[in-house]
Amino acid sequence: MRLFKDFVRGLWAENPTFRLLIGLCPTLAVTTSAINGMSMGLATAFVLLCSSALISLLKNVIPGKVRIPAYIIVIATFVTIVDLVMNAYMPDLHQVLGLFIPLIVVNCIVLGRAEAFASKNGVVSSAVDGLGMGLGFTWALTLLGSIREILGAGSIFGVALLPEGTTTLGIMALPPGAFITLGVLIAVMNMIAARQKKTS
Amino acid sequence: MSLFTILLSALLVNNFVLVRFLGICPFMGVSKQVDSAIGMGLATTFVMVVAAAATWLIQWFILEPFGLPFLQNMSFILVIASMVQLVEMFLHKTSPGLYRAMGIFLPLITTNCAILGLAIMAVQNSYTFIETVIFALGGGLGFTLALILLAGIREELQLADIPKPLRGAGIAFILAGLLSLAFGGFAGLV
Repeated sequence: MRLFKDFVRGLWAENPTFRLLIGLCPTLAVTTSAINGMSMGLATAFVLLCSSALISLLKNVIPGKVRIPAYIIVIATFVTIVDLVMNAYMPDLHQVLGLFIPLIVVNCIVLGRAEAFASKNGVVSSAVDGLGMGLGFTWALTLLGSIREILGAGSIFGVALLPEGTTTLGIMALPPGAFITLGVLIAVMNMIAARQKKTS
Repeated sequence: MSLFTILLSALLVNNFVLVRFLGICPFMGVSKQVDSAIGMGLATTFVMVVAAAATWLIQWFILEPFGLPFLQNMSFILVIASMVQLVEMFLHKTSPGLYRAMGIFLPLITTNCAILGLAIMAVQNSYTFIETVIFALGGGLGFTLALILLAGIREELQLADIPKPLRGAGIAFILAGLLSLAFGGFAGLV
């Protein structure tokens, strides 16, 4: 039961993107299409899961004073693994996500969970918490990517929805579209949260 | 590419915040007042230039000659973290006034992805040392410019009647979108 709570917290109540507003750079930069958003989310989820589990294992060994650099080294190790594996097996995707794969190191979600959760909890619950946060980040990015792809290119996951020749809002695939979509989505999430509070 | 082109490109055309989406967290967090926006922007620019110079030296004198480019990520983030610490101690000793002015913003800069992003981009473009420093200066000033612009608008917004769900982050993102649209006008300048 407690594990389940640790898992779902990241999905909604403390969703990193919509509720806590952290890890925003990749959220805006790579969500030009649904598939890009999802890949970035899954790459981050992998780093979160592994680094949370390892940091939880090492929490008694790492001296308190140097814990932040130690966490960063652990995180950077997993990010390097993701970077090299993606470069080898998915070169096209690696090209698109580009700079933002190495930048997972400075994603505040990963360091935030290490400091706030993994350094105080057991291995299993830390791993579950990392996975929940990672998947919460993934669905947020996929949603944002889907909206931008539908409006900007008239397709979803590369499958065309609109007949050829339809005029689409090209601006949604460009940087301004990212900011505006996220702003509107945050407002919608605030409305849903306010309604939930009222009914409960 | 001439130095001026690199500066202009990093400053306006490929603005770090509004076009490349680097450093969004401080952009949203510290853009409520113009004063703190200026402090944060200048502190970041300063660290950017110092860190870019240091990472350039590491890349071309240590990582490349010894065949270790896969350690780039790890070594850069450590260098940036210690650079921030060093800059903080240096300012504390030499100019306490400046230190007090930007004191609280300094530790926050380590997690600003614009700095690591800039270091990696400079390597990818194989800039020379001078080009890297100019690139960092342009990037930092571009970050400062975007931060001041958004802070100025948000200060005015305090008196406006915004629909409740949009208050705070929602409206700030839409504003940033409009600013980004305006910066789109610089495309093709370089």
